[in-house]
Amino acid sequence: MAGAAVLGRLGWRTATIADVKPETPRVKTIVFDVAGWPGHRAGQHVDVRLTADDGYQAERSYSIAAPADGERVELTVENVDDGEVSPYLTEEARAGDELEIRGPVGGYFVWDADHPGRVLLVGGGSGIVPLMAMIRQRGQVPTTLLYSARTLEDVIYREELEHLQRDGLDVVLTLTRSQPEGWTGHSRRVDTDLLAEVAPPPDGRPVAFVCGPTPFVEAVALALVELGHDPGLVKTERFGPTGT
Amino acid sequence: MKAADLALDGNAAAGILHAVYGAEMTVAVGTCDACASAGPVGRVRLYRSAGLVLRCPHCDAVLMKIVTAGERVWIDSRGLRTLELAAG
Amino acid sequence: MPPISRGFRGKRRDAPADRVPPGQYVTPDFPVLSAGPTPRRPLDEWDFTIVGEVDELHRWTWEAFQALPRETVTADIHCVTRWSKLDTSWEGVSVDTLLDGVETEAEYATAFCDGGYTTNLPLEDLTGGKAWVAYTYDGEPLDPEHGGPARLLVPHLYFWKSAKWVRGLSLTATDEPGFWESNGYHLYGDPWREQRYWGD
Repeated sequence: MAGAAVLGRLGWRTATIADVKPETPRVKTIVFDVAGWPGHRAGQHVDVRLTADDGYQAERSYSIAAPADGERVELTVENVDDGEVSPYLTEEARAGDELEIRGPVGGYFVWDADHPGRVLLVGGGSGIVPLMAMIRQRGQVPTTLLYSARTLEDVIYREELEHLQRDGLDVVLTLTRSQPEGWTGHSRRVDTDLLAEVAPPPDGRPVAFVCGPTPFVEAVALALVELGHDPGLVKTERFGPTGT
Repeated sequence: MKAADLALDGNAAAGILHAVYGAEMTVAVGTCDACASAGPVGRVRLYRSAGLVLRCPHCDAVLMKIVTAGERVWIDSRGLRTLELAAG
Repeated sequence: MPPISRGFRGKRRDAPADRVPPGQYVTPDFPVLSAGPTPRRPLDEWDFTIVGEVDELHRWTWEAFQALPRETVTADIHCVTRWSKLDTSWEGVSVDTLLDGVETEAEYATAFCDGGYTTNLPLEDLTGGKAWVAYTYDGEPLDPEHGGPARLLVPHLYFWKSAKWVRGLSLTATDEPGFWESNGYHLYGDPWREQRYWGD
């Protein structure tokens, strides 16, 4: 399976916005209809290109938030302060608007439900997005999610995660900047101790997917290897720096 | 902000690499010409400046430079001794 | 023709056309773009040298460099990735000062840097009050993310020529394509003639 090549030139396709759904004060999910979409795997992303009416273009990459569903592609986008593209997608874009999408891309940071073994998902901030695509197609695979967010209001997909937790998904949140009154959960940055507590033991050879800002990903990946996880089973995807 | 904060990884080049090579390249295994270490392209360090610069995660040597200008793409892959792909 | 994304403008700001080269947009930010990890060169290990087609090697330690005549420069800068920033303020040593007394027949130079970056320029574009080695930006010591301790500053060319973490100039008889010039970017890089890529 490793290295499976999908042959053929990858080009830009027109994507039309079908719906825009708020997730948190700074985050929205945008649902696109993409004619001819070939489907995608959990963990993959797309390149998005916007063209202004004077021809000016900007491109950014966003992870796909939901498993393949015909011609539907869902992206969850965080409004980055002073961003070039995300303020447009989260504050201006509405149903009927068009832009271009190239993809799906990514073969390294992908999880197929037929991967054997337990799954550990570790997300920081908007790093939860590709992990959510994995969660939404996990079926019966034992899965643990460790999700670091600044505050409870910043937890993306919060209601859905609460439902899934009741259905058996192991969800551990850590809120690093401020916690609601009565919070009994974690409040520190994801470190070796927290991972030792939460992660499935390495001798079971679980596969781990770590996604978020670069410093987060590097610290977590290093800690997992220090705890005895096989580096080949720790997959990483680094996002650009977001505000702290 | 530390140096490492600016780096992404090879996943961020997945789109352009697929467009150019006609295959999913993040799983291709590259060997660094400077230090001979090997690993999937998805795991290399990636920097965005006037173009994309992919660097060896072990020794920081430049593996690839990618510059795009509309329909033109320039790729310097001298830093990659070999690229191993699975035949389709 | 790609589909137009209704209402999309990006971060662009309006600016007088005579200050903004073709295809550029003014930004209030100072984007940090890097080809590699930020070098951390301690000042007691820093020097600036002029080498290559020269009579003898010329070298300044940081202390000696700081003792050279310092100039204040206000310049508009234009990055080939399309952002322009107006009225940026720097302090540094003019390359004319550095080349004063250097005997050479060379007509070109390659700037070389910590981290391995290089860029090539005609000597003519480094002299006549057109280029500096800058160590202060906006009144503060130049931040490592923006090229500190010192970077080349050549505002009349695209900003990839203003090499960060510069450590010296190698004078050459021929124009030797540098890090980006050898992979698609224009050998000269005049923003007013929009010389971004090979063949422009």
